[in-house]
Amino acid sequence: MAEIILTACKETFIMVAASTALAVILGFIPAIILTVTASDGLKPNKAVYTILDLLVNIFRSFPFIILMVIIIPFTRAIAGKSYGVGAAIVPLTVSAIPFVARIIESALREVDQGVIEAAKSFGASNTQIIFKVMIKEAIPAIVSGITLTVISIIGYSAMGGAIGAGGLGDVAIRYGYQRYETDMMIATCVILIIFVQGLQALGNYLYSKLSN
Amino acid sequence: MIEITNVEKHFGDVQVLKDINIHINQGEIYGLIGHSGAGKSTLLRCINGLETYTGGSVKVKDREVKELNPRELREFRKDLGMIFQNFNLMSRKNVFDNIALPLEVWGADKTEIKEKVEKLLTLVGLSEKRNAKPSALSGGQKQRVAIARALALDPAILLCDEATSALDPKTTKDILSLLLKINEQMGITIVIVTHQMEVIKEVCQRVALIDGGKIRAEGKPGDIFLSPDTHLKKFLGADEEDEFYPEEGINIRLYFPSASSENQVITKMAKELSIDFSIIGGKLEKFRHEILGSLIINIEERDKEAVTAYLEKKAILWEVLKN
Repeated sequence: MAEIILTACKETFIMVAASTALAVILGFIPAIILTVTASDGLKPNKAVYTILDLLVNIFRSFPFIILMVIIIPFTRAIAGKSYGVGAAIVPLTVSAIPFVARIIESALREVDQGVIEAAKSFGASNTQIIFKVMIKEAIPAIVSGITLTVISIIGYSAMGGAIGAGGLGDVAIRYGYQRYETDMMIATCVILIIFVQGLQALGNYLYSKLSN
Repeated sequence: MIEITNVEKHFGDVQVLKDINIHINQGEIYGLIGHSGAGKSTLLRCINGLETYTGGSVKVKDREVKELNPRELREFRKDLGMIFQNFNLMSRKNVFDNIALPLEVWGADKTEIKEKVEKLLTLVGLSEKRNAKPSALSGGQKQRVAIARALALDPAILLCDEATSALDPKTTKDILSLLLKINEQMGITIVIVTHQMEVIKEVCQRVALIDGGKIRAEGKPGDIFLSPDTHLKKFLGADEEDEFYPEEGINIRLYFPSASSENQVITKMAKELSIDFSIIGGKLEKFRHEILGSLIINIEERDKEAVTAYLEKKAILWEVLKN
């Protein structure tokens, strides 16, 4: 049992860490474009904003399990195969990108317009305003958004079992639910609770550390 | 230095600036006073291109602001520092890094930045707070940091947008004397937008009253506040309504260009016209380095003509107050 759980922990960790990292990196791009092209942004552009906004909403509308199945050809193209931990990272990342994009967008929008105006007043370029002012100021909010993302990816990763990716959620379903192994169910759930609690505590700690 | 000619601005159908004409000289401290929503902050932002204008011309050092391309505009703004009502400091950077930001943006190297920021910290008196975050500073200290940041690129002009409106009276005075020092020692031209009378009186050489997007009065603060016209009276509002005068006789307010001449004029008038009058009240006000005053006297109806003729002859400003 310990071995099964340990392997599952490893699988979960890899899936969550890799897809969070990828989603944050890739989510920044639409987030910045959305912030810049919004009507109160640095370079308002209604067409770009509307299209991107719609795209983000479309991707967020799919239930994860459906998305995972729909993008199998894409997954195969990227990961080389359509099952296993590596393959699960693709749909997890794809589903997390629009989520991360929204979180970073709202964090960037919270940045005081006055600070941005001050940066303009001494001749900062838009790129400098985004990277040296807005992102810098928004870091605490972005960090707490990422905490949220990690926790929701842990939840989604349970469905990774459907494409043979394993992980803690999968163990809970296969052993705990389908085979009535209650101790396995309790063990995985307790570990997940500890994970989530720990991550939230870490996220809160970083937030307060960064905002001072 | 700054030439604003026939400037107009519309927000959709609303006209926020109407035919504004102002010329600000090099080394001057110029005030724009008015109620909130009068258009004064918008006008200030037209000077450094943070706002556009729909008509007319804004020239700073002979360059038309609206004709600058984005690249030129950024370069142009190095010459115009700006401070704000809410300080607009970066909350996650300490005092030193906040002041260093403009230098960093313009690619100064580390030693250059350090040297410049140290100098500015000394100028604004915050050397000991260099590592503090803005959240640990008082309002006055935050504004000092903002002033240091605005001066980091050695601008020729400093724009102040309600810079003292969030501060208490004592701190306001401190900030104003810092601005005065900057103006006198560094020769920086300062444009101040405010709704606070004290600010104008304390530091401005010239002032324009803006109301409803128009200039209603312009001149030296002493002249326009001591002999206010109707627009200014409306602006001063409550102040005047609280005053009560005797119902008998005629009340005349005299304006004195300087305090010293005050007593002589009225005592001489009493002697020369051999009339009696009573003094109802008076006040002296400080405008920058000058003290100016007004005095209200009450005379008898029959003496009115003689008195007003005398005052005309002596070129003293006066007005008859309503009983």
